[in-house]
Amino acid sequence: MIRALLMSALFLSAGSASAETMKLAVTTSFENSGLADILLPQIAADTGIDIELIVVGTGQALRLGEAGDVDAVLVHSKAAEEAFVAAGNATHRREIMYNDFVIIGPGDDPAGIAQAGDATEALARIATAQAPFVSRGDDSGTHKAELALWNAAGIPTEGDWYRPVGAGMGAALNTAVGMGAYVLSDRASWLKFGNKDGMSILFEGDPAMFNQYAYLPVNPARYDHIKAGAAARLEDWLVSERAEVLINGYRVADEQLFTFNAER
Amino acid sequence: MGDLLAGLTEAFRMIVTLDAELIEITLRSLRVTLTALAISCLVGLPLGGWLAVRRFRLRRAVIATMNALIGLPPVVVGLVVYLFLSRSGPLGVLGLLFTPTAMIVAQIIIITPLVASIAYQAMRDLWSDYHDLLISMNATRGQRIVTLLIDARRALLTAALAGFGRAIGEVGAIMIVGGNIDGATRVLTTAIALETGRGDFALALGLGIILIALALIVSWGSHWAMRTERQGTW
Amino acid sequence: MVAALPLTLTGATLRRQGKTLIGPVDLTLGRIGVTVVIGPNGSGKTSLLRMMHGLQRTADGHVGWSVADAIARERQAYVFQRPIALRRSVLANLMFPLRLRGASRAQAEARARAIADRFDLTAMLAQPAPSLSGGEMQRLALARALITEPEILFADEPCAALDGRATRQIEALLAGTAAAGTRLVMATHDMGQARRLASDVIFLLHGRIHETGPAKTFFAAPATPEAEAFLNGDIVE
Repeated sequence: MIRALLMSALFLSAGSASAETMKLAVTTSFENSGLADILLPQIAADTGIDIELIVVGTGQALRLGEAGDVDAVLVHSKAAEEAFVAAGNATHRREIMYNDFVIIGPGDDPAGIAQAGDATEALARIATAQAPFVSRGDDSGTHKAELALWNAAGIPTEGDWYRPVGAGMGAALNTAVGMGAYVLSDRASWLKFGNKDGMSILFEGDPAMFNQYAYLPVNPARYDHIKAGAAARLEDWLVSERAEVLINGYRVADEQLFTFNAER
Repeated sequence: MGDLLAGLTEAFRMIVTLDAELIEITLRSLRVTLTALAISCLVGLPLGGWLAVRRFRLRRAVIATMNALIGLPPVVVGLVVYLFLSRSGPLGVLGLLFTPTAMIVAQIIIITPLVASIAYQAMRDLWSDYHDLLISMNATRGQRIVTLLIDARRALLTAALAGFGRAIGEVGAIMIVGGNIDGATRVLTTAIALETGRGDFALALGLGIILIALALIVSWGSHWAMRTERQGTW
Repeated sequence: MVAALPLTLTGATLRRQGKTLIGPVDLTLGRIGVTVVIGPNGSGKTSLLRMMHGLQRTADGHVGWSVADAIARERQAYVFQRPIALRRSVLANLMFPLRLRGASRAQAEARARAIADRFDLTAMLAQPAPSLSGGEMQRLALARALITEPEILFADEPCAALDGRATRQIEALLAGTAAAGTRLVMATHDMGQARRLASDVIFLLHGRIHETGPAKTFFAAPATPEAEAFLNGDIVE
């Protein structure tokens, strides 16, 4: 009986060992975009690498990389990434692609942000109208981008109307839909989101709202078990022409989500 | 209302079409939880019996601690297990993080106090009935515990089912230590959390309905097995 | 085999929370006979039996067997006033003491079936023990106590809750057991039963042996006024 249990425990821990696997921490917004479902099978076919995605916020993704629990990370928060490289946790930072953030709100747009000229003005209108605004509040890349926008607009993020929920993108969108609030989201997460319920994109297009994704292979000098070879091959694939075609060609609801911008 | 209906439809569709991914994550949920439950019972049931039979100075403290541990927040358990199993943690060399084994470990920690506590309560009551007889018959401490384990089996089934219910429905800890990796550590609850995050409520609810159905089937099945094993009033 | 009897109590005393329940008691129990313990309610009949059997530890004095305590423990059995049914079948209840002593399943079952026959339990072997009637349950308890062939059997009011027919049945089984050579120590409040079974009597009062002697002498001419009053059915305090 006991031996059977141990055997089954060992069996469960074995996992799939046939192909080479590596662990990649990615952000919720990337996973929610659905792009991974397009890229991963092609990566497996081209390189033989089975990628196990760990989907977390940027903050946690970087912590996993720092602890050596993943082989590479794909995130979007430039300042945090540069600090990560500076601390020696990754060998370098490679920009791959970008998408953009959009401001979602109720269809009747009580703050009138659709007429705003730029992101600063759109946020100012929300603050002036005291219209409810849901913030991720989870130290994720999206949250940091949102804070940077408020900061640039010179508006303090406090008051009853500002609601940090401390949750992932999907949960934050669910909350915003539930209370008819404005919310900053990456375009991909919003387009793939299934519970829109009368909400729509009210403001978009300001270059300040571009969202750069970068690939950071974890420093193999830190931990023996880091699969540096696989991580390097994945990087080569991510900046290849094949990746460029797939990334630029990926469409949801007839909209291009990501723009490939890696330098070769 | 529309979402609820869509959830039922989706659950029905996935079951009827024997959706391959659904079957995979359902089986994984069962494997992880049943393995964790088996180990928890192996530890918790004899522990409950031992606490029922044995009188020692710190007994009350141990029981109070055990009852308090029932309320351990799974997220905290997950975080602690993560920190231990992380490559930079004390058990990092085992390379167990983001594997089903890590999820089993977390679930064992979460449900063992519950299993042990319910088992203890059942066997404490039985022990007050049996005490004089077993002492009179000169049963050793081990024999006393085994006798209680056998004769309290109905109540111990309840303990196991409570442990199963808590483990199969747990999401916070296994999300952290398992990573919800598609094809490796994704189970019903983490898939539900994922689909909820994606706003696909119908799929999330469909998976939820399947999870509930699974818990019901296991409960009915084990009660049925216990009753037909031997007719009786106990 | 060296006999565990005689049993010798010297100054044996039982206390609970500072209150003396029993003793000091000085007493020797020989190898044969039926000793019946009588006395008013609360005089300590049950406590005396439990102390002799070792279920209760003495606060003072000594309960001594003629062999080492560990061996003596294997040679005694006890039937409780309220029989304790293991939540198992009647057969499993009978096999239980033998299984505790390491007998094989087959061996235990064979002996259980044999004793069930003697105790008129064969028809209910497969039944769950908790579903038995009071009389059946007490027969089971007696059979289960005797299956290990103890040298001495303690029985605490074994017929207290039984009707006349069941009482007669149990008494016959007890008499047969004593006749077969098992030493019997029995507490009862039924004077008729005491007269029918006893070879000698212990009359307890306030936790001490007030009078003891052969049954014939005791019932014909009790030496103390309290014993006489008790036998007459008066209230003795």
